[in-house]
Amino acid sequence: MNRTHDQANAVFVAHGLSKIYHMGEVEVHALRGIDLTLYRGELVVLLGPSGSGKSTLLNILGGLDAPSGGEVRYLDHMLTGASESELTRFRREHVGFVFQFYNLIPSLTARENVAAVTEIASSPMRPEEALDLVGLGNRLDHFPAQLSGGEQQRVAIARAVAKNPAVLLCDEPTGALDSSTGVVVLEVLEKVNRELGTLTVLITHNAGIADMADRVIRLSDGQIADIHRNDHKRAASELSW
Amino acid sequence: MRALDRKLLRDLWHMRGQVMAIAAVIMGGVATLVMSLSTYDSLVSTRDRFYSEYRFAEVFASLKRAPEPVAERLRALPGVEHLETRVRAGVKLEVAGFNDPITGLMLSLPDSRNPVLNGLHFKRGSLPQPYSADEVVVADSFADAHGMQPGDTLVAIIMGKRKVLTIAGIAVSPEYIYQIAPGSMFPDFKRYGVLWMRRSGLAAAYGMEGAFNQASLTLARGAHEQDVIDRADMILAPYGGTGAYGRADQFSNRFLSEELKQLQTTATIFPAIFLGVAAFLLNVVVSRLIALQREQIAILKAFGYRYPAIGWHYVKLVLLMVLLGVAGGVALGAWFGQGLSNVYMETTFRFPYLDYQLKASVILIALGVSVAAAVSGTLYSVARAVRLPAAEGMRPEMPEAYRATLVERIGLQRWLDAPTRMILRHLERRPLKSMLTVLGIACACGLMMVGNYQKGAIDFMVDLQFRQAAREDLALTFIEPTSGRALHELTALPGVEFVEGFRDVPAILHFGHYSYRSAIYGIPAEGQLHRSLDRALQPVAMPPGGVVLTEHLARNILHVKPGDVLTVEVLEGRRPVRQVPVLGITQQYLGLSAYMQRDSLNTLMREGDVVSGAYLAIRPGAEAAVYARLNDRPRVLSMVANASAIESFYDTIGEFVLFYNLVATLLAGAIGFGVVYNSARISLSERGRELASLRVLGFGRGEIAYILLGELALLTLVAIPVGFLVGTGLVGILVQAFKNDLYRLPLILKPDNFAMGALVVVVSALLSGLLMWFRLGRLDMVAVLKTRE
Repeated sequence: MNRTHDQANAVFVAHGLSKIYHMGEVEVHALRGIDLTLYRGELVVLLGPSGSGKSTLLNILGGLDAPSGGEVRYLDHMLTGASESELTRFRREHVGFVFQFYNLIPSLTARENVAAVTEIASSPMRPEEALDLVGLGNRLDHFPAQLSGGEQQRVAIARAVAKNPAVLLCDEPTGALDSSTGVVVLEVLEKVNRELGTLTVLITHNAGIADMADRVIRLSDGQIADIHRNDHKRAASELSW
Repeated sequence: MRALDRKLLRDLWHMRGQVMAIAAVIMGGVATLVMSLSTYDSLVSTRDRFYSEYRFAEVFASLKRAPEPVAERLRALPGVEHLETRVRAGVKLEVAGFNDPITGLMLSLPDSRNPVLNGLHFKRGSLPQPYSADEVVVADSFADAHGMQPGDTLVAIIMGKRKVLTIAGIAVSPEYIYQIAPGSMFPDFKRYGVLWMRRSGLAAAYGMEGAFNQASLTLARGAHEQDVIDRADMILAPYGGTGAYGRADQFSNRFLSEELKQLQTTATIFPAIFLGVAAFLLNVVVSRLIALQREQIAILKAFGYRYPAIGWHYVKLVLLMVLLGVAGGVALGAWFGQGLSNVYMETTFRFPYLDYQLKASVILIALGVSVAAAVSGTLYSVARAVRLPAAEGMRPEMPEAYRATLVERIGLQRWLDAPTRMILRHLERRPLKSMLTVLGIACACGLMMVGNYQKGAIDFMVDLQFRQAAREDLALTFIEPTSGRALHELTALPGVEFVEGFRDVPAILHFGHYSYRSAIYGIPAEGQLHRSLDRALQPVAMPPGGVVLTEHLARNILHVKPGDVLTVEVLEGRRPVRQVPVLGITQQYLGLSAYMQRDSLNTLMREGDVVSGAYLAIRPGAEAAVYARLNDRPRVLSMVANASAIESFYDTIGEFVLFYNLVATLLAGAIGFGVVYNSARISLSERGRELASLRVLGFGRGEIAYILLGELALLTLVAIPVGFLVGTGLVGILVQAFKNDLYRLPLILKPDNFAMGALVVVVSALLSGLLMWFRLGRLDMVAVLKTRE
């Protein structure tokens, strides 16, 4: 894939991001001056041990948390300093989330879990289409309790992409799955990234997954330790851990 | 402090909102119980102490006139301990600056000593000088109503002669704790007064020198009351005795007993309902609260704690909430109880002091019921959580199995968006929980309706009594039965528009082994002023030849139906005994009466055209003039003005109604809020993660609030009609429980009763919703990405 690293293709641009948590009398520096640009269509893996700040970074990009310092821009919107309702609208229109524990609504079927999001989005795909994309076109009317963990996570991915988001943020999407089921989920993410061209940011502490990324960003102690471009990406199906 | 105990206190602090809501519910139940039972205990204890300290007599006999030596024969009767005779005179009173007619009762005091029986408790002043003929002691109720002090004067019209009297003292008597003028239905402290005067002075004014017309006595240990009564009746019959009676038939004592019986009913039924509802809520709330601690229980188990230790830990947690509620409830209930006792003291019972009692047993009952409800709910949930292997407890619960709801299965799903489906499925998934919540909210609605019911019922009773049945402006009683010609004189008075004579004859009605001491009222067949109403509350003509009885008297006291024949023991004149058929039933909510056509009653008494009194319609504006004229007539014993009767009734009852409304509103509010807030709060704990996930996915606060509060709103809406049913049922129970001689409550529920019931629920729901709205603003979206529960 030919990438032009110019500003026109930038989705997120972050400058000097820092985040300090106050835990009682202790100050925790979760991020210490992050500069980062993420581009359209990329599949990026954020790699790092726990406590390295990768989740904090993801939360700030997703509009769930505000940085203590620095700024972050999404296309031409400044996310830093945005109000609660502006951030809600940002998540609703542009961001797809995939959680480690799926977080499906147990009282809604697969189709309805997706519909819950498409009902409030401005130009979504049909829920059936999204579920087809993740290979669950035949499980539309199953409730979460009737699906395996891997299937539940694929519903969650369908739910995240159905609104046609500009960015898909995945926090340890395979963390609760065994290796072979995890690979199936990763294949789906890879397919979404390829077919829809959605910027996909994937958090993991599993270095084995990094091989499927266009770029791997290593975080350590709240700072970017290293950005590495994969010249030879491997297909998700070739991964194992 | 051990680590677990410290955790306990922190947990409590953490859920302080819920702790307060639960404590409020317990407080409501306990406060009602403590209020009612302590008021009841206090009044009973006060009565007993007052009766014994002031030597309230046990048998009373009234007669026309007997020479004093007859008293020696009474004293000699076996079983008589102490006996005292006296003169009792019906009088009219005049107080400067007060124009309504005032009925008075004057009783004699021994000339030079304190009375042996029926002693007086002086609040101010003292006994009149020995042999004084112009000093009196005035009942404190009357004195207080008119702001009188010792040294003030008033006028008594005794046998038509005006006498200016100086007040020597203001006192309370065990005989007149409950005071009602003859012919009146309610206490009216302004228009009815009891006075005491030295005997020689009163006897001279009333023509009773060397004689008495009333005797009271106490019984020797082991004496049989009925034997003494029968023997006294035999001695007094030649002297116009109207039948001796015991305390059970003594007017004040009987009404006092009725009131206390009723209070005992209130003290049983209301707290039972309240505490029952509170206990039920407590059980539900606690078991859900503990269910949320599943993971913590698993951790404790993993540490090696056993079930009893874990159970005890959570029992302690719950007991602290219960103790908080019970302590608050006892304090609030004691405060309410003193308030209620004081309302009774000021409006109904003139006790000289109040022996406020809060028995330990009452607190123990409250504590026991609350603890049992809370602990059983706790242990149940803890046992369920403990049964899980520790590892499983720490794993998140599997997604709960849901299915499409009935509404969707019948094809309405097209119109439902995903959040609405979530609401419906969540409700249908736990039908029992939803039902319990609905029931809890409905109870709040029902209790509010009960609290508000009395006002409408009283308005209805008063309207029926004074605008349908007893429509006269003034009821007057003659000193003794008089020829019907007296009515012509009354008709001729300027200002009097219409006169109807009545005859009332004191009598004991017997049927089988049932009997009732009352009077038979003879009224015109088709009277305009005083009418008998049928079951449809329409006036009906009085049939000739028999009696028509108040429903409660017929059905519940004498157990007769139309067609049965009563034995009537007349307590007047030659005291004949007659057989009289029951011809009908009349609907009357106030008092108990037996009616006859006046002609028939005259025939029964073998007398001509005789009346005991008259009902008058007076031209508006002419009242004062008519009262003044009638006051001067020596043969007019007493007058009761309808308008002032209504007014005094509202004065009396108004305070009670206000008090009960206040209590009911507070308690219904506490329960309503307790249920709704706890349901919402627990729902939020159970579904917080789900809602936070939706927030992350881009749902606004309003949209997730819809899911959480929509469920609550739906439950509240369903609960309101259920609450109407509960309220109607509770009022029905109340109506059944409160049937007594004084009054029967009509089963009348007006739109505003329903509106108030719904309002308390809606306000509680809105308040809970508002609090939830703020909580939803603080949902931790970051946490749901990582943690499981």
